[in-house]
Amino acid sequence: MTVTMVYFAWVRERIGTGEERVDPPASVTTIAELVDWLALSSPGHAAAFADPARLRAALDQAFVPIDTPIAGAREIALFPPVTGG
Amino acid sequence: MIRIIVQTAPIDLLAEITQAETAGERGAGAVATFTGLVRADDGVETLELEHYPGATEAALTKVATGAVERWGLSAVTIVHRVGPMHPGERIVFVAAASAHRAASLEACAYLIDRLKTDAPFWKRETRGTQASWVEARDADKDAAARWTS
Repeated sequence: MTVTMVYFAWVRERIGTGEERVDPPASVTTIAELVDWLALSSPGHAAAFADPARLRAALDQAFVPIDTPIAGAREIALFPPVTGG
Repeated sequence: MIRIIVQTAPIDLLAEITQAETAGERGAGAVATFTGLVRADDGVETLELEHYPGATEAALTKVATGAVERWGLSAVTIVHRVGPMHPGERIVFVAAASAHRAASLEACAYLIDRLKTDAPFWKRETRGTQASWVEARDADKDAAARWTS
């Protein structure tokens, strides 16, 4: 299953890109597991995902909890807590 | 009528307020507005706003729709700037229009409280050569939570 990852703020800066296509193995079933798997792919990913408690997620552009299943997702976003307004 | 704008251009207050006053079939009897400005906290020189195109507009539309349903508003406007800006500049504008003042005043507070926690924006401050991402505040979460009951 390939999915488009999008990153914002310091997550994007640490990874070094705002968007990438990834192909996680079938054993990865939730966003939290996807984060753990992605953390292995580069030192930048490891730095961005070192503290999962500071991450928020969106699945197909809607905010979701980090333990949400990824089955059928086209786009998953990872970012820090929002600070608009 | 719901008007959601995410823009890099400065916010034109008079145009937005006039629009909120006259939107809807019968117009409004009251318009409450909130304007947020960039503060020069601890020597901040530049504030840069990042957003999630598409998802940000969808989240703002959801907040606005919630306010229209709860208070029966004739119009809601949310304008949020993105990109670099400087102290004193307008960063966000919200307006709630209704027949009478109570609904518009309450809805205006609701809109800005919920916008802060529900819409994907991220602030980065620059002081001299030092840039840092702004941390989310518990006080904002508490302010948004008071509307859930």
